[in-house]
Amino acid sequence: MSSADTPETDTPTHGFETRAVHAGAIPDTATGARITPIYQTTAYVFDDVDHAASLFNLQSYGYIYSRLTNPTVAALEQRIASLEGGRGAICCASGHAAQLLAFFAFMKPGDEFLASNRLYGGSITQFGQSFKKFGWQVHFVDQADPDNFRRALTPGCKAIFVESLANPGGVVTDLAAIAEIAHAAGIPLIVDNTMASPYLCRPIEFGADLVVHSTTKFLGGHGNSMGGAVVDSGRFDWSQNSKFATLTEPEPAYHGLRFHETFGDLAFTVHGHAVGLRDLGPAMAPMNAFLTLTGIETLALRMERSVSNAMAVAGWLESQDSVAWVSYAGLKSSPYYDLGKRYLPKGCGSVFTFGLKGGYAAGVRMVETVELFSHVANIGDTRSLIIHPASTTHRQLSLEQQIAAGAGPDVVRLSIGIETAADLIADLDQALRSI
Amino acid sequence: MPPTTSHDSYGNDTIRRILGEVHTIAMVGASPNWNRPSYFVMKYLQSKGYRVIPVNPVAAGETILGETVFGSLAEIGQPVDMVDIFRNSEAAGPITDQAIAIGAKVVWMQLGVRNDPAADRAEAAGLRVIMNRCPKIEYSRLSGELGWSGVNTGIISAKRLKRIT
Repeated sequence: MSSADTPETDTPTHGFETRAVHAGAIPDTATGARITPIYQTTAYVFDDVDHAASLFNLQSYGYIYSRLTNPTVAALEQRIASLEGGRGAICCASGHAAQLLAFFAFMKPGDEFLASNRLYGGSITQFGQSFKKFGWQVHFVDQADPDNFRRALTPGCKAIFVESLANPGGVVTDLAAIAEIAHAAGIPLIVDNTMASPYLCRPIEFGADLVVHSTTKFLGGHGNSMGGAVVDSGRFDWSQNSKFATLTEPEPAYHGLRFHETFGDLAFTVHGHAVGLRDLGPAMAPMNAFLTLTGIETLALRMERSVSNAMAVAGWLESQDSVAWVSYAGLKSSPYYDLGKRYLPKGCGSVFTFGLKGGYAAGVRMVETVELFSHVANIGDTRSLIIHPASTTHRQLSLEQQIAAGAGPDVVRLSIGIETAADLIADLDQALRSI
Repeated sequence: MPPTTSHDSYGNDTIRRILGEVHTIAMVGASPNWNRPSYFVMKYLQSKGYRVIPVNPVAAGETILGETVFGSLAEIGQPVDMVDIFRNSEAAGPITDQAIAIGAKVVWMQLGVRNDPAADRAEAAGLRVIMNRCPKIEYSRLSGELGWSGVNTGIISAKRLKRIT
């Protein structure tokens, strides 16, 4: 064996923490700059007309316009793809944009898909309301029994969408079982891995075909940059049936090019930039890509601390008289404890909910009384965050939908940061006493 | 474990060495149609300085990207370093035998193309064999270009990228 000869991408040569620092960030070829530069440019010069034609025809690799690709954003795409074990990634303006791009790659008017009913409230609204305007029909499925997805399948279904760790309910999804159902139907499983981050769970290892992220959360990690990503595993055979014509049939906007035939397992990634970002337009800003790249360098360290703090806070809350219940898959009391051990062996994240015996009014009082926790509609920050979903993030849902999503009137959601655990507990303690 | 015996995976340096050593590539199954994958690969390899000689009996005598198309490898009549096979796995067998006959040093079968008995014959004759890969994708991956489109190149290094040729 030649010791210098490193294997190909499907077997990573380095550990997770090394890839979190280095993947996608080879020193700048032109200058040797050690940190990935912020390529704050909209356009890139062509050598000549033939070079331009090759780029526009996708025959050469290169940059044309930052709505499609940008070197700083590309570094982030490579890093996230590496951490998730994917073939490639498409970064975009937000997690919602990532979801739109993921479906846009293969959905047409009249198509359908299945989604868990335990999703982030904003996703339920995006899928249930706004996607309707594209003629895309979602069917929400109770994921408590994975077989419910099999029962809900229709001939027009093009995908199944779940969250690995559902927001905000502390629900762990049986990814392998649902992947098997999707693949038996010849459709991809799309997993939102925002809440877990690839440090805690890598859905592709359990059969996911596409992974989406709001990089705004744990990946960026500092609450300073909006962003989203779609990671392609490169493993789904888009040509196995006739459901995915946009990837397998001639693309009129590229003079009849067939993406899957031409680009093989790169097809989804190339299409996501060349068609998705080009025509929908939700490009990620280079500055946000830079900040997210920097954030990811410490992902492992932050997740370790966030998880240990979350365990301490959740355990303490469970012992409080004013707390009716705590829904955190890291606790033995959780019905998802065993699934958590399987899918998230390093910990079940740091976002969880608890119920106040005082109901809606107590929830409102709680978020207004804490001093150290920030009352914001966000998760996955170095800072600890708090919100009362029924009065904020999930208020657009019906009471029935709120309860189904784990966001009923008594529910408070915490996103535990990397501060000193005792300070977080002391702040929650004074707030609970004030109710 | 020698890096090229299994043909399930190839080391980065193995592929880098092959792409660095070959200069003239005969492309069997090259298409004159600009939106076919072989045309993409030929155009890309030309832009990286390779001489690509198209071979396609249906298009023999025509010109693709400035190169005259030959009807078979035997008709080329000049030294060829590598034969790139854009045909199905079965057809790759006799094409490999022709590649051995004309003295090529490398047989490269495209993505989805794999013929193990043919590879054994070529290796027994001293040729190196790569199967189920695309030289455009591999060149662009190893040179970092593939990463420009968000593809995971798998390359981790704190040094500036090595040039391939």
